[in-house]
Amino acid sequence: MAPRWVFPIVAALMLAMSVSADAATVQITMENLVISPAEASAKVGDTVEWINKDIFAHTATARNGDWDVTMPPKKTVTSVLNKAGTVEYYCRFHPNMKATLVIAP
Amino acid sequence: MFVRLSAAIAAVSLLSSAALAQGAKPTDPQIAHIAYTAGVIDIAAAKQALKKTSNKDVKAFAEDMVRDHEAVNKQALDLVKKLNVKPEDNDTSKTLSKNAADKLAELGKLKGAAFDKAYVANEVAYHKAVDSALETTLIPNANNAELKSLLQTGLKIFQGHEQHAEHVAAGLK
Repeated sequence: MAPRWVFPIVAALMLAMSVSADAATVQITMENLVISPAEASAKVGDTVEWINKDIFAHTATARNGDWDVTMPPKKTVTSVLNKAGTVEYYCRFHPNMKATLVIAP
Repeated sequence: MFVRLSAAIAAVSLLSSAALAQGAKPTDPQIAHIAYTAGVIDIAAAKQALKKTSNKDVKAFAEDMVRDHEAVNKQALDLVKKLNVKPEDNDTSKTLSKNAADKLAELGKLKGAAFDKAYVANEVAYHKAVDSALETTLIPNANNAELKSLLQTGLKIFQGHEQHAEHVAAGLK
C-alpha cells in the first residue's frame, strides 16, 4: 500500500497531464524582420514559442495591451495565452513587423 | 522656431539624399563603406542623445538605435572579412560623415525638449534618406548576393526605425 502522501502527487500529475494533453504549442518565428505565420491560430491555454532568428531584439506587443513579449537576439521565449480574441500585434522596436494571432476560447 | 526647424530638416534630408545619389554606380567595396558609415552615424547620434535626453521614450529609442546598428555593422564587418573585401572610402561616405558631424554640433547646442524634438525629427529624416538611398542606389548596384541580402535586411531595419521614430515624434508634441 502506497503511503498517503503519494496520492496528492499522483492526482496533481494526472491533472497536469490532462491539461498538457489539451494545450498545444504554437510556433511563431521572427526572421529577417518578418513574422511568420502572418496569421496564426491558437486556443486559450496554448503556449506560444516565439522564435527569434534575427541578430536583433524583437517584441510581440499586442495592440490591445493583453501581452508584451520581448525576445533577445537568437533566442526563443515562451508565453501562455490566457485570453481569447483576435489580437493584432507588432514589434515595438520595428513597428513595420506586424501579425495577427487568433485565440479561440 | 518651427519654421526654422523644418527648414533645417528639409536641408538635411535634401543633402543626405543628394550625397547618396551622386556618383552614379558605386562598387561593392564602396557600398559596404557607405552602409557601414550610415550605421556609425546613427550610433553616434544615439550616443549623443543618451547623454543629453531625460525623456524616457527618446532614451529607449536611442538605445534601440545603438543596439540594432551595432548588430548590423558587426554583421557587415564579418561579411566583408569573409568576402575579403576592403571597404573603400568615397565621396558619398565623406559627405555623409561631414553632414553628420555638422548635425551633431548643431544638436549639441540644444537642451531638454528642444533637443529631443530636433533629434527625433532628424532621425525620421535621416532614416528616410538612407531608405531611399538603399532602395534606389545601394541595393540595385550591389553585385554580391550576400551583400545585397544584408542591405535588404538593413533596409527593413531602417524602415522599422523610421516608423519607430515617427511614433516617438508624435508622442513629443
